[in-house]
Amino acid sequence: MRVEMFTFLLAGLICLGGALGVVLFRNTVHNALSLVATLFGVAVLFIAQEAYFLAAVQVIVYAGAIVILFLFVIMLLGVDRADQMGVDPIVGQRTAAVVFGVAILGLSLVALLSGPEVVTGTPATTAALSSDIPDVNQIGEALFTDYVFAFEITAVLLTIAVVGAVVLARRSDGPVIDEDEFDGTALDALALEEPSDVGDPDQDTADGADPGSGADETDPDDLEEASR
Amino acid sequence: MIIQVPPTVPVVPEQLDPSAVPLAVPEIVWSAVAPALVLMIGGILLLTVVSLVRKPLPSWFHATWTVATATAAICATVPLWQRVQDNGASSEMAGTVGLDGFSLFVTGVICVSVILAALLLEGYLRREDLVGPEWYVLMLLSASGGVVMASANDLIVLFLGLEILSVAVYVLAAMHSRRTSSQEAGLKYFVLGAFSSAFLLYGIALTYGATGSTNLAGIQTFLADNVLVDNGLLLAGLAFMLVGFGFKVAAVPFHMWAPDVYQGAPTPVSAYMAAGVKAAGFAGLLRVFVTTFGPTYREEWMPMVAALAVLSLVVGSVMAIIQTNVKRMLAYSSISHAGFILLGVAAASDAGTSAALFYLLVYTFMVAGSFGVVTLIGRKGDGRHSLEDYRGLSRARPGLALVFTVFLLAQSGIPLTGGFLAKFYVIGAIVDEGLYALAAVAMLTAVISAFLYLRVIVAMYFAGPAGAEEGSEEPAEFAGPPVRIPAAAGLALGLALVGTLALGIVPGPATEVTRDATAELTVGN
Repeated sequence: MRVEMFTFLLAGLICLGGALGVVLFRNTVHNALSLVATLFGVAVLFIAQEAYFLAAVQVIVYAGAIVILFLFVIMLLGVDRADQMGVDPIVGQRTAAVVFGVAILGLSLVALLSGPEVVTGTPATTAALSSDIPDVNQIGEALFTDYVFAFEITAVLLTIAVVGAVVLARRSDGPVIDEDEFDGTALDALALEEPSDVGDPDQDTADGADPGSGADETDPDDLEEASR
Repeated sequence: MIIQVPPTVPVVPEQLDPSAVPLAVPEIVWSAVAPALVLMIGGILLLTVVSLVRKPLPSWFHATWTVATATAAICATVPLWQRVQDNGASSEMAGTVGLDGFSLFVTGVICVSVILAALLLEGYLRREDLVGPEWYVLMLLSASGGVVMASANDLIVLFLGLEILSVAVYVLAAMHSRRTSSQEAGLKYFVLGAFSSAFLLYGIALTYGATGSTNLAGIQTFLADNVLVDNGLLLAGLAFMLVGFGFKVAAVPFHMWAPDVYQGAPTPVSAYMAAGVKAAGFAGLLRVFVTTFGPTYREEWMPMVAALAVLSLVVGSVMAIIQTNVKRMLAYSSISHAGFILLGVAAASDAGTSAALFYLLVYTFMVAGSFGVVTLIGRKGDGRHSLEDYRGLSRARPGLALVFTVFLLAQSGIPLTGGFLAKFYVIGAIVDEGLYALAAVAMLTAVISAFLYLRVIVAMYFAGPAGAEEGSEEPAEFAGPPVRIPAAAGLALGLALVGTLALGIVPGPATEVTRDATAELTVGN
């Protein structure tokens, strides 16, 4: 019991520390690396729940592949790119964000701690994790029985992601035609270095599934080669 | 805790528990998912064909393919509809896909929106010198996600359907590569959409914790058989799920993305977003809240949905009035329409669901037609959307002005159009449940929003030229290059017009279909 508690607290601290690092570090590379800590902590929590397969997937896919992709995008965009963190587009949005964040945290805590029996304890539709069957077998069985349809339609999602990434990474064939629709202040606030990009650079790093929006600023030839 | 090393020896079945029964693989009934399959295969085949053919295919080919695929999907629902009406609802694929009248009806609505949007897209792409079948591929795949979502009998399938639907539309919104505002719309929609998906997923997780199942029928049975002593977890799950759905249907206060995205996205895509995406979002909302939690937790979620409805009605109609950009105005008006449909959800009755479905069908025609006219008036560059650009349209293009007038009047709810009956049924369902205050708010905001539609009509017919003094009798000159109406767009407008008027004049068949389109949760076999 004590060991479990210790593991949980340690992993939880790693998760929270990493999450804070993602938000608080100024350097984007440090943000991405902090994310590794969070994902690693979650993997430890999975192991504590004897979900070894999930833990392995967590480390290999999330900490391994996805964060590396983040770093790729950050490097392609340029690490030394100045982020415009000083100016808020909406007055007081940081305060509002903190208030709402704390409110959501409070709501979740109240919901989770509102009584001794909030989690019903009825067995999940998947079999209990502590049975003799290895968890890989259990996951495989669940994927090919109860969740076979969900498993199969994920393919459509992946197809869309591929098509979308290729389409958005494609070079724009012509000049921007709607600059006149933005008034001067909006253009200044966005500080368009190249007219083809509107997105905040700090937002781009967060969307792993949408490389195109960040890719507009890199050399399009490289991306076209990469996408083939 | 001792960390057990997982067995490294490959496990052969014999070494497992000898009493283990062979894997009970669920029966795959392909016909149950036929409409979604048709859309998926149509989209992927289109992608394959255009990649294999050396010469670029003419642009009409893509549009025709898309329309044919969506029509085939509608045809696929007909025998299924018969089966459901004869044998009752069923649930297939290990109980994750619900086959009932509700899902089939929403499938039809989504396919209609795909047909109309694809017809609009054809002329749009040629006008804007944009190429590529990807627009149509993404639209078809997105529609398949909507269909999956409408027929989901499991929260995980519902979530996947929603993601398939949304991710494709994020890309579509950003696909006009030469318009900065399109890129902005895509990025905004993506960031906020991903945020809302996270809320929905969190809600699903909490609901799973509280009920022990992600299967909607399982949740319903669990809640019918058990009384939760501490239901905080379930209530939080419901609230988070409502936030997620609220984002998708653009209900106030989760509407902030809608005006920017509708305004920035390519106009035919806006039409699809307003019609198809909204229909799928409401399908998910109705399925989860009314059908699953309706019998047991109505008292808890009804006030939340009613509050969303009232806020959407008021904010949508009031904010729409002060807009000068017609696309933005239509975006706010779609928020107010979402408020009306939410009234049907809040009624939480069979009549309410039928009214919401009827509203979705009518709204698909009205809004696709409206955005269709806006597509044409935008002209090359897709930038002429201010109210000024509509001055004198009645002289330059009397037919187009008349058609737009019909769509706007239908949206405001004038009798003899589908819009009137849609509002009438929704308010009737609310009154049946004794929620008179909601009905009063709805009627009041209907009057307010009538003003905004009249503003556009006045600009088209009566307004003097820009810069002339008030009350000038000088006829308005239509500014800018002439408006061209491609054949496909004309067909789309014609279909939308017929739909809008036919549903108002002969509502009988559609009303009967929506009455039969009940959602039922059945335990899988």
